Amino acid sequence: MKRRHLHLILTVALIGVLLLVLWWADRHLGEFPLRVARTGAIYVVAAVAYNLVNGITGQFSLGPNGFMALGGYTTALLILPLQQKQFVWFLEPQMWPFNSFSFPWYLFGLALLLAGVVGALGALVVGIPSFRLRGDYLAIATFGFGEIIFVLANNLIPLTNGPLGMKGIPEYASVFWCFGTAIVATLVVSNIANSSFGRAMKAVRDDEVAAEAMGVNVFRTKMLAFVTSGFFGGVAGGLLASLITTISPTLFTFAMTFNLLIIIVLGGLGSITGSVVTGLGFAIMSEVLRVVEAPIDLGPIHIPGVAGMRMVVFSVLLILLMIFYRRGLFGQFELSWDWVLSVLRATRGVRKWKQERKTESS
Amino acid sequence: MTLETLIQQLMNGISLGSLYALIAIGYTMVYGILRLINFAHSDIFMVGAYFAFFFVAVFHLPWAVSAILAVVLTAAVGMIVDRAAYRPVRNAPRISALITAVGVSFFLENLGLVTVGARPKAFQRPDVMSKVVPIGPAAVSGVSIWVPILSLALLALLLFIVHRTKVGMAMRSVSTDIETTRLMGVDVDRVISYTFAIGSALAAAGGIMWACKYPQINPLMGIYPGWKAFTAAVVGGIGNITGAMIGGFLIGLVEIMTVAVLPGLSGYRDGIIFTLLLVFLLIRPTGILGEPLKEKV
Repeated sequence: MKRRHLHLILTVALIGVLLLVLWWADRHLGEFPLRVARTGAIYVVAAVAYNLVNGITGQFSLGPNGFMALGGYTTALLILPLQQKQFVWFLEPQMWPFNSFSFPWYLFGLALLLAGVVGALGALVVGIPSFRLRGDYLAIATFGFGEIIFVLANNLIPLTNGPLGMKGIPEYASVFWCFGTAIVATLVVSNIANSSFGRAMKAVRDDEVAAEAMGVNVFRTKMLAFVTSGFFGGVAGGLLASLITTISPTLFTFAMTFNLLIIIVLGGLGSITGSVVTGLGFAIMSEVLRVVEAPIDLGPIHIPGVAGMRMVVFSVLLILLMIFYRRGLFGQFELSWDWVLSVLRATRGVRKWKQERKTESS
Repeated sequence: MTLETLIQQLMNGISLGSLYALIAIGYTMVYGILRLINFAHSDIFMVGAYFAFFFVAVFHLPWAVSAILAVVLTAAVGMIVDRAAYRPVRNAPRISALITAVGVSFFLENLGLVTVGARPKAFQRPDVMSKVVPIGPAAVSGVSIWVPILSLALLALLLFIVHRTKVGMAMRSVSTDIETTRLMGVDVDRVISYTFAIGSALAAAGGIMWACKYPQINPLMGIYPGWKAFTAAVVGGIGNITGAMIGGFLIGLVEIMTVAVLPGLSGYRDGIIFTLLLVFLLIRPTGILGEPLKEKV
């Protein structure tokens, strides 16, 4: 059997097992753990795509919150029931055509797809001016883009309902939708990273001038990475809107990008499987870390709870990671079938060797 | 628009622009030397305003003393940030330094939220600032007059330091070629430290004057002025000090005048500046005074 076929079979088997686990979890776990898991899966979607830009192509983007906002609003506008729309837009009428239709539940996938397309278009608009230049202009342009989206969301009341946002968005984002999207995003991004496009991206990251000299179209390579990340950013935003059922401009502030930045740095810039692990881990960790915001009683010493302490901890963590542990948990290493198989083979070899030694001594 | 409001708005725009210019210089100097976008600069600006606030409101020091103490302390904070966070990642890939800068920025903001709280505090400004001064037919508030005057004085002082002193010469040398400068026997780390001190001192002065102009301070007050000042630095030509000044005044005037001429757009005020940034990146990425980027292979 060819190695590629083996890998394919193993991947399909893993996804099958994962779906079984999800099916079990969906029936037996409580509302709260499932919610954390779904949030984690959404982080994975956004982080994996973000890592394609920051880690694999080496371009510093601060854009995910803007793309997620685009996707979140698109999805919310498409799936919000008509009755709810009339209820939400009570100050000014909602603009055509969104006031005349609403997607039923079986078109949720289409809504997410359109959210992704809108996110990708946003990435196209920011990418074209920024990638004509070398250097860090992307960081500034993407931040500016996020702010423009924020300003528009606050002011275009017929489209977005302004600062009040929308509520009563149907909660279609089940465990299966969230994890299904996460699996698709991971597969798509890792396939891009392992293709010739991906090698071009890594070449651009390591030495842009050399890559160009070798015939890599730098502009197109960067655009491909960035537009892909815009697409999945939009999808992740759509899922998030449906998960928490309300959206307003403040949901998609820079703090969102900051969380994703921690995820990809902790997982290892350039490691897709690293982002998957830390994306899920981050959702759990930010619940666990609520401890630092709760009041602490140490016998006579009483420390009152401080809201916002978690973000202080996270920012210190990010700085320390950058200074002392720059490669993150995974570095640029990927959990691959080759690696898993070689580890298995090695442990079997050791066991065999131990057995032989035992029989020799006895 | 009447002549009266035109004068008022012009003065308003110039004073806002001079503040942007003060902040923009910190960005452009650090970028010129380290090729690093110092995201924390906008929060250093906030720290400066808070120092002044505490000296005036809590320790009841005279106004001028508080302002000077705040500027000096903020300069020290800038040096500490450089020493503690930026120096260890100086030889790391560029993206690591940028991520560190984002981390420092978020750290300062959230530390502020945790320690002094999110509730805005009322900033007591000196009486000179709130006095109304007549200019021609218009009555202009003292802030709009004093802020540009003080800022221009500080900018002149900065130009003197950069072009007429030994430290300034070292700075210019480091920004041209860091390796050669090191070989000439200059302590590059110390020059970078001074650069952070000067940039932070100017940001603190800007922060204090900002608080005089808009007398409400909160831990997130630096974000928007900071990014607009950065836009100003890019528009003027990043790495170029005179460019940052021109860019600052331009951004301040554009921001005030668009809203003055088209009041319907006032909600879009912040969006206009960032759109201007994208447009500038598209048509003239090197800024007004910037030289075309040279490539070193």
